[in-house]
Amino acid sequence: MPLITYRKALNDALAEEITRDENVVILGEEVAEYNGAYKVTEGLLARFGPKRIVDTPISEAGFVGMAVGASMLGLRPVVELMFWSFAFVAFDQIVNNAGCVRYMSGGQIRCPLVIRGPANGGTNVGATHSHTPENFLANVPGLKVVAPATAYDAKGLLKAAIRDNDPVMFMENTLLYGEKWEVPEEEYIIPLGVADVKREGSAVSLIAHGRAVLTCLQAADILQAEHGISAEVVDLRSIRPLDEETLLRSVRKTHRAVLVEENKPFCGVDAQIAALLQEKAFDDLDAPIQRLSALDAPAIYSPPLEKIQLPTAPRVVQKALAIC
Amino acid sequence: MEAESRTFADAEVNRSLTPEDKIRFLRDMYRIRRFEQTALKAYNAGKMGGFLHLYTGQEAVAVATLSLLGPHDHIVTAYRDHGHALAVGMGMNECMAEFFGKATGCSKGKGGSMHLFAVEKRYWGGHGIVAGQTPLGLGIAYALKYKGIPGCCLCFLGDGAVNQGVYHESLNLASLFSLPVIYIIENNGYSMGTSLARSSAFRQLLAQRAEGYNICWDQASGENIYEVRAKTQAAMERAREESRPTVLEIATYRYYGHSVADANARKYRTPEEIEHYKTYHDPLLLWQKRLVDEGLLTGEQAEAIDLGARAEADAAMKFADESPFPTEADICADVYSEVDEPAGDAPRGTHFFN
Ligand SMILES: Cc1ncc(C[n+]2csc(CCOP(=O)(O)OP(=O)(O)O)c2C)c(N)n1
Ligand SMILES: [Mg+2]
Repeated sequence: MPLITYRKALNDALAEEITRDENVVILGEEVAEYNGAYKVTEGLLARFGPKRIVDTPISEAGFVGMAVGASMLGLRPVVELMFWSFAFVAFDQIVNNAGCVRYMSGGQIRCPLVIRGPANGGTNVGATHSHTPENFLANVPGLKVVAPATAYDAKGLLKAAIRDNDPVMFMENTLLYGEKWEVPEEEYIIPLGVADVKREGSAVSLIAHGRAVLTCLQAADILQAEHGISAEVVDLRSIRPLDEETLLRSVRKTHRAVLVEENKPFCGVDAQIAALLQEKAFDDLDAPIQRLSALDAPAIYSPPLEKIQLPTAPRVVQKALAIC
Repeated sequence: MEAESRTFADAEVNRSLTPEDKIRFLRDMYRIRRFEQTALKAYNAGKMGGFLHLYTGQEAVAVATLSLLGPHDHIVTAYRDHGHALAVGMGMNECMAEFFGKATGCSKGKGGSMHLFAVEKRYWGGHGIVAGQTPLGLGIAYALKYKGIPGCCLCFLGDGAVNQGVYHESLNLASLFSLPVIYIIENNGYSMGTSLARSSAFRQLLAQRAEGYNICWDQASGENIYEVRAKTQAAMERAREESRPTVLEIATYRYYGHSVADANARKYRTPEEIEHYKTYHDPLLLWQKRLVDEGLLTGEQAEAIDLGARAEADAAMKFADESPFPTEADICADVYSEVDEPAGDAPRGTHFFN
């Protein structure tokens, strides 16, 4: 299988869906002539022209809202946010319009819309550019939230998101854009709402989404090599809809869970998962659920400090050792 | 052109300048330029992370406008904030240390280059979200008026920022509430890789949009310190005396890419265009030539000013390099004032969930 970058996987998914469906249109700042601030849309303007790949001014509320409106009439806009941090400028459009219009119309309206872009810390761009709003958005019934950890998942999930008839918030990671994974040449789709066991194990479940999955895989290596502990790594992939079955199956097998996310702890995604596990797998748990999130402050700029503000593999190991 | 230029030099606010003042403007521009060159070197050597938005080419705007700041006047700007920071009197040391993420930085290494702050100098940042600062400037003006303080707020933004809704909401509020705020659009022709023509629907000037809000507006050439001062002064008088807002658009140009990480810095505009500005419109060289022409400065004196700025920047780099990083415990400080500066009773409730 060819090794391709996470960036290229996204680019391929966009190109395939643009080719497949004439209603797919890419909108965002610097997506066309500049080829994307992070080059995810590289080459698309040259291949598909300015009707399909559209540069916008710096008006997030305006063009996100425009995409919501266009989706109501059957377009399938894929809006790039240069950073998910800028979504706050467009929050009303995302939450009130994309999130509620179907409900308030009694189901008359569909919003087949994707909003995508990086949502991560760890790149020393300061608090205003390092937000991870997956928990905020997953809090809105009506919105779907996806966070791929590998190139393979990024491609299959983005294609599913574009074909989905509901608004999908697609959260990428600038630190992963240049990383490579095996991705098959033939077409595939990864349905939303299906988690993935990235590593089988028996003694503890490390449950994560996005880049934290990779941190957990490293931690699992350390746990095995240095402590003889077999850790299973479960990648949510899709946060809402959430694959409860896969999570419960893993915890029923290992009887221990460490939840890891790069988000802040308060009302983070893992708070929901912890509640779920204690409610539905209480008798299967042999130890309290452990959580590891970013240290609870706005993202610090200072490069060496930001590294330790985010979850690290040694800290995941510590959390696992505390219950194994 | 020549005649118009004379008129600006003859404006009251410029006639009162001493030779020392004029030479100080040159020194301030050299300090910004050399500081940024040193910062760029440090960036390329891996001494800092993230972005670095260089102001090189735009120095006269910050130096001229902020030279008019009185004791009750305030400023707030965007992420291209190094020039404004030095022009309001921040030291190179605390700025460079901030870029390096050191505890001795102006924001203790927490904000980085986009988020420089010096509240005691009435400099309210450095803001990373495009146009996010525009209602802050409005709010500062609101508070000044509310408290009866005879000052104003200069709020800087770029030509790309004018298309954010919040800027338009701010203009309407500024006019409706009659607030002493001056929006200074630093029009450098590009927002990242997007030229003005590709980002804005407008007739002649971006500032003209102010008409829709019944706000006075003007334009100035950012390579002419006299002109920028004359027009900024008029706006500041309008703010202080009539409590009315102004939009002032200043034409300028940035020499480097959008940020140091701008991969396309040489793609969306021609090398000839950049060279043209450097050769014919460099605000620093033009001001230097003017001072020489006015008989206030010799070539050797200018060189000494330049050398002084370089030495100061080198010293700042050394200071930043030798300063300590914050500690892990610092990460969760400066989040809640109640926790940082407990007054009376110990704070109740849990603030952090680590
Ligand atoms: C809300 C928001 N959208 C997008 C960005 C990314 N971004 C940062 S600066 C910039 C261009 C702004 O251009 P302009 O206002 O002309 O200022 P200049 O950089 O030229 O000083 C963009 C798109 C951002 N920081 N915030
Ligand atoms: Mg600009």
